[in-house]
Amino acid sequence: MSMVKVPLVTRMSMQFNKRTNSNPICMVKSSEVKLIGKWSSSYTIRVKIALNMKSLEYENIEETLKHKSDLLLHSNPVYARIPVLIHRDRPISESLVIVEYIDETWPTPPSILPSHPYDRALARFWATYIDDKWFPSMKCIFAFEAEEERKPYFEVLEEVLERMEDAFGKCSKGEPFFGGDTIGFIDIAFGSFLGWLSAVEQKFERKLLIEAKFPALVKWAERFAVDPAVKGLIPEADKLVELSKSIKWRAAIEKK
Amino acid sequence: MASNQEEVTLLGVTRSPFVCRVHIALKLKGVEYKYVEESLFNKSDLLLKYNPVHKKVPVFVHNGKPIAESLLIVEYIDQTWTHNPILSSDPYQRALARFWSKFIDDKVVGVTSKAVFTVDEKEREKNTEEVLEALQFLENEIKDNKFFGGEEIGLVDIAAVFIPFWIPMLQEVAGLELLTSHKFPKLYKWSQELINHLVVKESLPPRDHVFAFIKRRYESLFISK
Repeated sequence: MSMVKVPLVTRMSMQFNKRTNSNPICMVKSSEVKLIGKWSSSYTIRVKIALNMKSLEYENIEETLKHKSDLLLHSNPVYARIPVLIHRDRPISESLVIVEYIDETWPTPPSILPSHPYDRALARFWATYIDDKWFPSMKCIFAFEAEEERKPYFEVLEEVLERMEDAFGKCSKGEPFFGGDTIGFIDIAFGSFLGWLSAVEQKFERKLLIEAKFPALVKWAERFAVDPAVKGLIPEADKLVELSKSIKWRAAIEKK
Repeated sequence: MASNQEEVTLLGVTRSPFVCRVHIALKLKGVEYKYVEESLFNKSDLLLKYNPVHKKVPVFVHNGKPIAESLLIVEYIDQTWTHNPILSSDPYQRALARFWSKFIDDKVVGVTSKAVFTVDEKEREKNTEEVLEALQFLENEIKDNKFFGGEEIGLVDIAAVFIPFWIPMLQEVAGLELLTSHKFPKLYKWSQELINHLVVKESLPPRDHVFAFIKRRYESLFISK
């Protein structure tokens, strides 16, 4: 079973560079690990955190908003979306699948997924829950003009925060992160959205991650943001708010 | 109660393709389990206790610890009872299996339901197109393999049991043409292999029961209209 094989990577990356004028570093050697993504994408950030945790070097290929590169379309013909990890010329898509792949391919500590099957199932459950609830609601909040229309989606975000506050207590077992003493799968899945959470708070002038309501999460978010694997990856709210003006949110809701 | 006794329970509904996945996984591993039929119109306290977030089936309980979401349950089963593996040990093959299983959930199962259970012709058309596109991807992916898992069934085959059993009934009730040997010869051939696999056959619900449910649900849309 295979996905579409990507042609000679060096050739492709040089072609890609001409198109986008970004990332001059990659021209010289064909590195083993490449990541096609966007600085603003929480899904891309997840993969970068995982790569950082494993101290892996990789070639970062930045996609532009307007025009999908040939490399992306070849590597992810099913969804044509980022992130895509290319390892030894083989592409892998879907951020959580990629993070698990990284953890399994480079099993040196720190582990991203817990070792016990039950804890792994729980970690995957919460990560999937975030995927199902968080960003779809956020997209609707940006897409809809009327406050009345946005209201139910704000309620979903509140509900997610409540559940995650509760889940934190159960998963962390007194340690600093969902994953225990180091960041893990749930931390990555959820924490990658902290930039966009701040952007929503800023744009709509409404605090969501309130200390009085979510004391554990507020402290967790602070610790997460300064973790060495995460530092510098979470975009500033200003930049995301600015970017949000040029995104076609309605179209984004249409496709899953 | 003996402390080394495994307590394995599956909460489900007979007609659900998601519950069927878990039956297949458990039977593949030869695990003894208790099955509890739930009513989704009158959810039991047990279901609400074990799956407070989604309140859906299947819910799998192992020694008092609950897990929800069918694909997560199947992976858990695979990791807990390690003989007759459902997933490869190779990380790349595992990533592919997870990718395609999720694809089946996102692009086949949900979208087929939307195509069938609607009175809006435009919705029907749009979703039918999407399902056909998705089936084409799977047609390209199966190639000449017996199963997506190779010689034996794997995660993707288990995830895709919806295709050979539920799709033919749904398309019949709604008068749609989705899975045909003409359009998707390789996928169709795979679907027959899967349906006739010993363990899968044992795990499928009674056809009449499922068909009657689908028909009732479909017809009820037009009655209210």
